[in-house]
Amino acid sequence: MRTKAITAIALIALAAGCSSSGGGGDKPGPGSSPPAAGGKLVIWGDDKRAAALKPFADRFGQENGITVEVQAISKDQQTTFVTASQQGSGPDVMVGAHDWIGNLVQNGAVDPVQLTAAQQEGIAPNALKAVTFNGQVYGVPYATENLALIRNTRLAPEAPATVEDLVATGKKLQSQKKASEILCLQVGQNGDAYHLYPFFTSAGGYLFGRTANGDYDPKDLGVGKPASIAAFEKIRKLGEKGDGALKRSITVENSIATFTAGKCAFLVSGPWAVTDVKKAKIAYDVSPVPGFAGGKPAQPFLGVQTFYVAAKGKNKALAQEFVTNYVTTPELAVALYRAEPRPPALTAAFDQVKGTDPDLAKFVDAGKNAVPLPAVPEMATIWDPFGKAESAVIGGADPRTALSAAAKTISGQITS
Amino acid sequence: MTAVLERETAPAVAPRGPRRGGARGRLLTVLLLGPVAAIALWAAFPLLEQGHWIALGVLAAATAGLFYLYLSPRHVPAKYLVPGTLFLLVFQLFPVLYTASTAFTNFSDGHRGDKRDAVVAIQTASVTRVPGSAEYVLTVATTGDPATGPLSFLVTDPATGRVSAGTAGGLRTLPPGEATVNAAGRVTAAAGYTVLTGGQAAARGREITGLVVPTAGGAIRSQGLTRAYEGRAGRAYDEGCDCIREAATGRTWTADDSRGAFIAADGDRLAQGWRVGVGLANFTRLITDPAVSGPFARTLIWNLIFALASTGGTFVLGLGCALALHSSRMRGRGLYRTLLVLPYAMPSFAMLLVWRDMFNTDFGLINNLFGLDVDWFGGAASARIAVILVQLWLGYPYMFLVATGALQAIPAELSEASKLDGATPWQSLRRVTLPLLLVALTPLLISSFAFNFNNFNAIYLTTDGAPFAADNPANGATDLLITYTYRLAFGGSGAQYGFAAAVSVFIFVIVAVISVVSFRRTRRQEEVYS
Repeated sequence: MRTKAITAIALIALAAGCSSSGGGGDKPGPGSSPPAAGGKLVIWGDDKRAAALKPFADRFGQENGITVEVQAISKDQQTTFVTASQQGSGPDVMVGAHDWIGNLVQNGAVDPVQLTAAQQEGIAPNALKAVTFNGQVYGVPYATENLALIRNTRLAPEAPATVEDLVATGKKLQSQKKASEILCLQVGQNGDAYHLYPFFTSAGGYLFGRTANGDYDPKDLGVGKPASIAAFEKIRKLGEKGDGALKRSITVENSIATFTAGKCAFLVSGPWAVTDVKKAKIAYDVSPVPGFAGGKPAQPFLGVQTFYVAAKGKNKALAQEFVTNYVTTPELAVALYRAEPRPPALTAAFDQVKGTDPDLAKFVDAGKNAVPLPAVPEMATIWDPFGKAESAVIGGADPRTALSAAAKTISGQITS
Repeated sequence: MTAVLERETAPAVAPRGPRRGGARGRLLTVLLLGPVAAIALWAAFPLLEQGHWIALGVLAAATAGLFYLYLSPRHVPAKYLVPGTLFLLVFQLFPVLYTASTAFTNFSDGHRGDKRDAVVAIQTASVTRVPGSAEYVLTVATTGDPATGPLSFLVTDPATGRVSAGTAGGLRTLPPGEATVNAAGRVTAAAGYTVLTGGQAAARGREITGLVVPTAGGAIRSQGLTRAYEGRAGRAYDEGCDCIREAATGRTWTADDSRGAFIAADGDRLAQGWRVGVGLANFTRLITDPAVSGPFARTLIWNLIFALASTGGTFVLGLGCALALHSSRMRGRGLYRTLLVLPYAMPSFAMLLVWRDMFNTDFGLINNLFGLDVDWFGGAASARIAVILVQLWLGYPYMFLVATGALQAIPAELSEASKLDGATPWQSLRRVTLPLLLVALTPLLISSFAFNFNNFNAIYLTTDGAPFAADNPANGATDLLITYTYRLAFGGSGAQYGFAAAVSVFIFVIVAVISVVSFRRTRRQEEVYS
């Protein structure tokens, strides 16, 4: 009898201890009381942004009498967000790239936001267009990013006007033994559609056609079309069997390092590369990515960093308040710019910082022709096969074979 | 646990008598059962909340069963077997069954949740602002207790400064003077209403998001806690026709429960679908779709070669080193052993990345050191040789260690006896040492084979499947089935969990068959040599 009593007491004690400590974790039990008066707002972002957001999130929490938790998700943010949302353990607010929208919408992971006319006017038009999908605005943009040509001015004092100029300068530097590579543009074993895109468009290629109102039309796939094949003929000439300006040995890991080591005069990269270039104390300048002589203008992709309201968040009213009425203030955009220098999408914030950072205006200038990354869900099927076709062609394969196979794979995935 | 059980074994075997070692054993039982009860309670509440009654029943039965088992003096063998069996069920059988059941569904991006989720997503996504409607400033108020009273939206039209109060019943304009409005347009006080503070409103966020104030043109909804807008849902679910109807055009998308999507008459499909069973479709696609099955067979063959070469190569090299260092004439054995184990001590994750960079055509150490110009990962044969070489380097220390251990277990008299019988060292190795070694090492070789068969890191971190033939961007020359599956499930082209699960089931079957056959053969071998 005595042992039974001990058993019972021990069990109760253990259960109570466990449930109370478990309740403080990520899954609050029904017994735990809500923190502060008004609940909790959970924000997810990548490491850098999470750190920059923290002070502002705290202030928002104090103003509203709630607790705000900013969590850094280091890897696979989109997948993690979709999976967690579906299981009911996702955040209330998500920070991420705008080209996720199509996938997030088809998985019911984000809600549209209703911005006032004044708020919409305060956002750069191309950024606002980027977050608009099926006629709805799906998030509040805060920064834009696009590729530009970063040049070592000691090796190449003049910005090249065309790809041909660039190759000629690069070859001259090679023969003078001043540089070992013509161009640092990451390709890697499996290709990189994002970095190749300016050249691809300049040579006349396209990914998706446009509908009458300017939206991408997933039914018109451009990858295997003659225009894209012709574009890849030009790219092949830049590849390993041609000029050697594009090489698979230049990868995401070594492209910036090769440039900062002075082994090439030209780097095609985004604002994120500038930090490394500055650290290496290289004299540099930023100019638009050049196009082929006589070709179309080179159009890089425009990426827009966006705040989303999670559809399955536990505190949607707060999330909407934060995203639509708080993120639209310039202060936060400036702080996020300081955390990682990318041009703010809010015009007021951009005007505040552009005087202090000359590169910013140059990146925006380089992005004048930029097209928003397609946010249609079908875009997800493009990256992998397109990249592999790119890598094969740069290695010397026949563009028609490679692109037809890629187009077949892509359309197979779109219809399935 | 063992102590308790050993004590309890005695009374169970011996005729029933007074129990020995009571108090301490009891205490230990309690300490171990406590966490069980705690975990059960912790797991029960979410299940209860979401109404998973079957799972709750299983949980209750399992917990009760465990308590009975360890509190009663009977069923001693079961006391030993149950924990292992439970872990086997949870960590082995359940994932396998879950994967297998996923293989029969269309679980993928756009088909993740159930139909209700899809309908909610479609309706929410279709709410648009009524063109030309006012952009209201919102103040959340209540006519009762701040925490529980009925909610009202006090909305101010910034253009006119007029305040209206809205509830689910409709919108009513407040007479001027009844409400005080601050500079920002928010109501600070209103007759008959209690204005909620930010925190109070935030606490009732779900009710606020849910409150819809009907108006002539649509409905007023909140956008956050300080703004409201007049919006209209463009699409709504109609239960009568089991379809989604667009209000403006009258167009309908009918639910197709075999595909898990709303499809219009002209074949147009709404993006938000749901998860449905698709029977054997994923498996038949694997076998019949020529774009999948052809490359799949090639990948399977390379996968077998890779696993065999990795296991065999490391074994031969490891055994060679072990034999060399086993000889007592060798000097500095300790140093060599340390050096040999070095690769094993490094994290393979980092080493694979280092090797990848060393194989780089232009900047890699290997080409630079040997003055080569080999496009290592660019050609199918060279890429395959490269990954096998990397595996060899990473894996032979393990084989060296186990072979060294096994060699030391073989009595030295045996080889001495064979020497006396006039056998050459080679004959002695082949006829005496090797057979005895293999009896001990074959199970390890089989498990090493199974591991290498699914050695995801080895490929993903080095070549990522490259090179890909120009005419096939789906299967690379060095792709293993597992890296191919990973790309299907989590790769860039949208998650296809259902199809990936079907491939996983295939992999499981292949590995299982190979293992069973090899273990059978091992047993026969043991009978021969023991």
